[in-house]
Amino acid sequence: MGMTMTQKILAMHVGRDFVEAGDLLVSQVDLILANDITGPPAINEFEKIGRPVFNKDKIALVPDHFSPCKDIKSATLCKQMRDFARKHNITNYFEVGRMGIEHALLPDKGLVAPGEIVIGADSHTCTYGALNALSTGMGQTDIGCAMASGTTWFKVPAAIKVELTGKMPKYVKGKDLILTLIGMIGVDGARYQSLEFTGPGVAELDMSDRFTICNMAIEAGGKNGIFPVDEKTKAFLQGRVTRPWTAVEPDPDAEYVQTVQIDLSKLVPVTSYPHLPENTHPVSESHHIKIDQVVIGSCTNGRLEDIAQAAEVLKDHKVNDNVRCIIIPATQEIYQEAIRLGYVDIFIKANAAVSTPTCGPCLGGYMGILAAGERCVSTTNRNFRGRMGHVDSEVYLASPYTAAASAVKGYIASAEEVLG
Amino acid sequence: MSRIWRYGDHIDTDVIIPARYLNISDFKELAEHAMEDIDTTFAPNVKTDEIIVAGKNFGCGSSREHAPVVLKVKGVKCIIADSFARIFYRNAINIGLPLLEIGPEVEKIEKGDDVEVDLKTGEIKIVNKNLVIKTKPLPEFCQKIADCGGLVNYVKAQG
Repeated sequence: MGMTMTQKILAMHVGRDFVEAGDLLVSQVDLILANDITGPPAINEFEKIGRPVFNKDKIALVPDHFSPCKDIKSATLCKQMRDFARKHNITNYFEVGRMGIEHALLPDKGLVAPGEIVIGADSHTCTYGALNALSTGMGQTDIGCAMASGTTWFKVPAAIKVELTGKMPKYVKGKDLILTLIGMIGVDGARYQSLEFTGPGVAELDMSDRFTICNMAIEAGGKNGIFPVDEKTKAFLQGRVTRPWTAVEPDPDAEYVQTVQIDLSKLVPVTSYPHLPENTHPVSESHHIKIDQVVIGSCTNGRLEDIAQAAEVLKDHKVNDNVRCIIIPATQEIYQEAIRLGYVDIFIKANAAVSTPTCGPCLGGYMGILAAGERCVSTTNRNFRGRMGHVDSEVYLASPYTAAASAVKGYIASAEEVLG
Repeated sequence: MSRIWRYGDHIDTDVIIPARYLNISDFKELAEHAMEDIDTTFAPNVKTDEIIVAGKNFGCGSSREHAPVVLKVKGVKCIIADSFARIFYRNAINIGLPLLEIGPEVEKIEKGDDVEVDLKTGEIKIVNKNLVIKTKPLPEFCQKIADCGGLVNYVKAQG
């Protein structure tokens, strides 16, 4: 019996020829991540152990959630993480002005390569599977302990194979694919499992699509999502990662608990209704839903391609009078590129607000909180009750194309309805 | 014997502890907001050694360990559910909050029931119905972490 991609990465790390689903292993990790919400409590756990950090180059600390700090309490948390980074001489601490949303920033900085293991005190750490890494979210105690030991324990996961064929229709993106998949298998459909994406359709997806898809593996309950390496992956890594890396492919006889076939050509723009990401509906059946706000950004959809799609829709259009549209490029570099390429000019002319990188509104932190009864179309990842503000507000998840088109129309609409 | 707090499927970490409070670093203060977005009666009324009983995928969503922490700080003895989300499960074990994952049999436990739990054997007794549910205790590896009083002590003991 063969191994899945995820199983191969674990086997490689523990020096074994073979591992199988259910095995418990202790493995070294290649990178450990924490942010301003999870970092401080992880540091508190780390300090109880009383050892130095295992490797100052393999810890990334990113103040992005409530940063630039929204209040005194978050400033205190950020200060604790900053002081820790200085004391331990942490190489990859990213201060305001250099930081970005962690899951966009780390791949862009070349901190993740194929075949590596990344653990992070943030559930969307699974994003890096787009680069053929095994990356997964954990809690602050796990992360605090790993900062001392450089290791953590894993249960080897079983996997669902997602076989992609066909070509994507115009205005349909990775977000539509992952929301459709979650609608098919449910928010616990991949609980404790890997989602492994394979098939000829992989080549159709650009890297930003793959990051979006892996980012939301957790919304199906998955431990991780993962893609194989191809020319697009190599082009992304070029100039970013200089250390040697080893890509993994699934064995032909790898065991999967389930295979899901998705014909990309059959996909349509979709949106997930409140209050679960599995409540997926076609945009074409959602025109009756009037909205108050649009958010375009986050670790799910704040990359340059996402911002470009929003600009394509908003060019020569205005945000509807009844809508606030907030656009947040995920990193400083993406922000600067968006200025250089004229996107920010388009947004401001369209009456959209543009912000420095922050996770802010996605988790109801700040920068776009909803009042009772308000509705938002958002390119973020969760539409749980109260996620973006008042417990009686509503979040509809969608792609940047759909979010921008909805901002123009004032109701849930597809890019095709604006651009023709 | 413990009173139970009964909830449904997919109770996410955003309702267990809303992110708008995550700037609070004092866990006792934070715990006053536990379950606030789904049940405002929970935090003011829950008593030590009471039990949460829920459906599928309890603790889905964010990796915030604040979620099991606030339930533990509130004195919750254990959580019984059809199933748990993966990160929540790990986090609860790591901080020493016991979980029993018992599948669809959880439907037998209803609002208003009184329950007795033996964490060593995994046996759950619904006292008022005179009904016993036999379940598997924690896996051995997780039990070791629990026996050490959580992951930090386990790592310390490994040297």
